[in-house]
Amino acid sequence: MDIQVRVWRQSGPTDKGRMVAYDVKDISPDASFLEMIDVLNEKLILDGDDPIAFDHDCREGICGACSMVINGVAHGPEKATTTCQLHMRKFKDGDVIDVEPWRAAAFPVIKDLIVDRSAFDEIIQAGGYITAPTGTAPEAHAAPVPKKDADAAFEAATCIGCGACVAACPNGSSMLFTAAKITHLGLMPQGQPERESRVLDMLQAQDDAGFGGCTNMGECAQVCPKGIPLSLIGRLNSDYRKALSKR
Amino acid sequence: MAASGIVLVGFLYAHAAGNLKIFLGNEDFDHYAHWLRTIGTPLLPDVWFLWIMRVGLLVAIVAHIWSATVLTVRAKRARPVKYAHRPKVQGSYAARTMRWGGVIVLLFIIYHLLDLTTGHLNPVGDSTRPHANVIADFAADRWYVTLFYTVSILAVGFHLRHGIFSAARTLGQQTDRGEKRAKVIALVMAVVLVAMYLSVPFAVTTGLVK
Repeated sequence: MDIQVRVWRQSGPTDKGRMVAYDVKDISPDASFLEMIDVLNEKLILDGDDPIAFDHDCREGICGACSMVINGVAHGPEKATTTCQLHMRKFKDGDVIDVEPWRAAAFPVIKDLIVDRSAFDEIIQAGGYITAPTGTAPEAHAAPVPKKDADAAFEAATCIGCGACVAACPNGSSMLFTAAKITHLGLMPQGQPERESRVLDMLQAQDDAGFGGCTNMGECAQVCPKGIPLSLIGRLNSDYRKALSKR
Repeated sequence: MAASGIVLVGFLYAHAAGNLKIFLGNEDFDHYAHWLRTIGTPLLPDVWFLWIMRVGLLVAIVAHIWSATVLTVRAKRARPVKYAHRPKVQGSYAARTMRWGGVIVLLFIIYHLLDLTTGHLNPVGDSTRPHANVIADFAADRWYVTLFYTVSILAVGFHLRHGIFSAARTLGQQTDRGEKRAKVIALVMAVVLVAMYLSVPFAVTTGLVK
């Protein structure tokens, strides 16, 4: 199939950046979206142009590295799917496809489609951990966890920290990411000692990093490649309210 | 947003219930309007209770607008470079029109106060005869007033549809079942309120209430 991609090209953090159109001819419908960019890049290299810089790693939907806003939707048109797992058969021959980086002040563009997601690391460092003694692994039954809680914690823990929630949010808020971490740790017995400081510190780090505020619009949950539900934000708010009342 | 919003929704319902008195006739409606000025007497002097409520509402409105402004400014700062290609937000119409809808509602409140509270923009404008003011306001030949009220009340309805759900979420609603319930409650509360408010101007315009 023949398509045209219009890609955001930005040579560095200080460059203003612009959309540049490229024709991609004879691409297999079974190619992944990233493979299509690979093919385009090989052509660009042969032509002596600068290849398009983009983040990618596992290419099997579990690492959270790939990060493209495709036709205005983070990770593209397929629900609950990362960019690397999106295939060209989801598009039509002759389509014009716009590809942009995550756009958020907290995620500055490094080059082209690559953004710096260190702001997420700062949120994690602020409270996305538990305190546990080092040494050999503890006995598995020492801290019983109800099946329901284990399942819910696991669902939240599937967050790969890709940042699509921020990219999609009209407010540029990272609330779904933070809520996923708060839920995943807060549902487990090991996460209880820091439960109150966690929500306070992570929200502070989120604000300090320059993310916007949440207005419960739900765009984040629409694009999340792992299907993290919006309701987790309610759990974060509940934890936050309880933590504030104990201060 | 949630705390001040709940106060305002409470007021909206009380106000809408009072409006419906117009269907009981001229005297009932005027009597109700005068009673609003004497609530709390003789414990409080006349009109004091009304002013306490007005101050409370003003505080809630200022808090609501202030929070909304902070959120809007933060949202603008959080995305300095806009998307070149951005389809309509996938969330509900109500959710994405909260900000401009809120501005429309504010402008409407100012007009509404000048119309039916101070009487400056009302053809009768006699504060001792609220029933006459309402009848004159929504007369059939002043259809544009009725139209403006309708548009504004619909804006209030959309604002509440997302606002009530969002307030529940902000206050910690977190189960999937609760989410469905909160969305249904928000929709029903918004529709009922719109129906209560619009019944009065439509009844006057169509001549049902004279």
